[in-house]
Amino acid sequence: MLYRENGQFKTSYRADQQIFPIAQDRIALAIILAIAFIAVPMLASDYLFRAILIPFVIMAMAALGVNILVGYCGQISLGSGAFMAVGAYGAYNFFVRFPGMPLIPALILGGLCATFFGILFGLPSLRVKGLYLAVATLAAQFFSDWMFLRIKWFTNNSDSGSVSVNNLQVFGMPIESATSKYLFCLALLVVVALLAKNLVRGAIGREWMAIRDMDVAAAVIGIRPMYAKLSAFAVSSFIVGMAGALWAFVHLSAWEPAAFSVEISFRLLFMVIIGGLGSIMGGFFGAAFIVVLPIVLNQFLPAFMGIFGIEVSTAGISHAELMIFGALIVWFLIVEPHGLAKLWSTAKQKLRLWPFPH
Amino acid sequence: MKLSKLVIAAAVIAAGASAVTTSALAQAKEQFFPLLSYRTGPYAPNGVPWANGKQDYIKMINARDGGINGVKLTFEECETGYATDRGVECYERLKSRPGVTLFDPQATGITFALTEKAPVDKIPLMTLGYGLSVAQDGQAFKWNFPFMGSYWTGADILIQHLGKTNGGLDKLKGKKIALVYHDSPFGKEPIPLLQERSKMHGFELQLLPVTAPGVEQKATWLQVRQSRPDYVLLWGWGVMNSTALKEAQATGYPRDKMYGVWWAGAEPDVRDVGDGAKGYNALTLNTSGQQPKVIQDILKHVHGAGQGTGPKDEVGSVLYTRGVIIQMLAVESVRRAQERFGKGKVMTGEQVRWGMENLALDQKKLDALGFSGVMRPLSTSCADHMGSTWARVHTWDGAKWNFSSDWYQADEQILKPMVKAGADKYLADKKMTRRDAADCQS
Repeated sequence: MLYRENGQFKTSYRADQQIFPIAQDRIALAIILAIAFIAVPMLASDYLFRAILIPFVIMAMAALGVNILVGYCGQISLGSGAFMAVGAYGAYNFFVRFPGMPLIPALILGGLCATFFGILFGLPSLRVKGLYLAVATLAAQFFSDWMFLRIKWFTNNSDSGSVSVNNLQVFGMPIESATSKYLFCLALLVVVALLAKNLVRGAIGREWMAIRDMDVAAAVIGIRPMYAKLSAFAVSSFIVGMAGALWAFVHLSAWEPAAFSVEISFRLLFMVIIGGLGSIMGGFFGAAFIVVLPIVLNQFLPAFMGIFGIEVSTAGISHAELMIFGALIVWFLIVEPHGLAKLWSTAKQKLRLWPFPH
Repeated sequence: MKLSKLVIAAAVIAAGASAVTTSALAQAKEQFFPLLSYRTGPYAPNGVPWANGKQDYIKMINARDGGINGVKLTFEECETGYATDRGVECYERLKSRPGVTLFDPQATGITFALTEKAPVDKIPLMTLGYGLSVAQDGQAFKWNFPFMGSYWTGADILIQHLGKTNGGLDKLKGKKIALVYHDSPFGKEPIPLLQERSKMHGFELQLLPVTAPGVEQKATWLQVRQSRPDYVLLWGWGVMNSTALKEAQATGYPRDKMYGVWWAGAEPDVRDVGDGAKGYNALTLNTSGQQPKVIQDILKHVHGAGQGTGPKDEVGSVLYTRGVIIQMLAVESVRRAQERFGKGKVMTGEQVRWGMENLALDQKKLDALGFSGVMRPLSTSCADHMGSTWARVHTWDGAKWNFSSDWYQADEQILKPMVKAGADKYLADKKMTRRDAADCQS
């Protein structure tokens, strides 16, 4: 009833090819955007912004990037943390070495550094596949860990290897308050998500998916595997690099190479697998699950156990958080191996028939 | 099925509601101490006693004195796992609580991230014996307080001690000193000072990084075996320390030629190694043991009442005592701030910052607090946010730590220009200026 497409006729190719062909989707999206851009900044507290919403928005962007590579093109990567690091340090170097460098160009240049790095480490994908490629991309991770720890030039000759930025501004507006940081990241996320969505439904996205589904067949029908794979690496690492630069500049503002350790690569991979491989929406769900859930559990468990008069220690909470989190991941993968995005599309299917399932 | 789900949902909502109401009721006259800690992860063996000491001291002040001039102390722990992003989350969660006092991030990485945030939120950061070495310059770093020493003072004292054991700093010429360090800002901090000293005295400095968290050190010790340095300085934390000692034992490197920083010289570092750690030296900022009066007070008022955090026999261990000292300095900063801004009132972060900047804990005061012999006197000022650079060396005899040197003080003549230059570079990078005399009064 709520979600019925009856009567929505398309009379032109243009109308049939729009991103959201169903009217309800367009309305829902407009409402979500209105909430994200207007209602949330008015209601959310400083803590909610700085500890949950900003990390969520940035990680959603990174997950989007990883999803293009892993979900759409089928090239499993464990080097996402490295791409984030290259984006962050690249942007940092442009930012401090060129006086008066504005923030957005610095971020984009950082993303381009990550693109170059991604293509370089994407080259093995032309020869190896699947798990072998995952291990090969792990090399990118270790290489970046080594590079940013040992080559002093990248950290502007900082003695400790830790760098920081401040006085961020965009078009003269300072990006200091929690609200401005959130809105800035959100605006970038919307732009990137829109571009990514259009890419994956265009010719290039079809090529990626063809390579993912069966690369030999794709090559036979005239898709160049080299072009398709490397372009997926390039686009993905650009987005991941931008997210890394945002994570460093906006969220942490002072960071060390450990902030982009192999752990973050794993977390990003979990995000796309749990969120849903090959779905733009999945990146958002996955990021929410991985970023927000541990924090919610951490804050909620003491209160919950308090009802039963049990006091849990800090270490106890932390262990319980890991256990519950792990159990939830396993449960999700068994119940819904296609991720949270699939649950969402199932819900949409059900709504189409509601209230008369047949 | 439906019913059980409803019950769960109701419980969830009730729990959320109760959490909200308790935090709303906590607006009373209380000084709140956010405690960032790590009781899990590779650094937990050292993080746990540290966190226990901090908690027990707060409980003891409440039980023995009824708070600070009548202001009750409250605290909440937040687990960071030593990870920067979780530390930032904890900071954001706890910073807006009523009566928030100061943050002790307990990790160099988190300190770096919070250094950018503290001036905005006007909450001071206490980084006792760690953090940014250049933050000693209070005129550049208004909100950072590396009390009692930084990695530069630590490295300086170690070289002084090596010089003394060799019969003079000039005897170090031609010697080879290796720095085995945790490959992170924490481990890299001492390098500039050691390089400076190596230029002055003509010893060769060999840098041997160990990848975090420090359990993989085979390659490092292979290098030690090859180059046979005269001394090894160990800049480790958590599992890295005991691993290094075991590797030294396996390599056959004499443990009495190894000197750790004060984060590499506590019981968890040597206990598992047993006899293999005999003769190992490390810097220390404080004593250990249960004799000091403050430890006795904690045993009586906190553990005696069954309120203790952690096992009773760990009370008074090296890191536990350091936790107690950290918390004592925090409490005394509040007390000092109350002297100026009104006794019996809850101090804001800004007021506590003034208290931290004007601490004067002479021997008499320390004795009165029950800290006689535990630490050296400390007095801070606007220019000097460290207050004291004293440390001494202690040696593990297989069962306990014994002092093996007198107190040393870091050499001001070397440190001062380095701190000044580092702080100037920081200010220039940030396009900021030094605080003027008027700001020092505030």
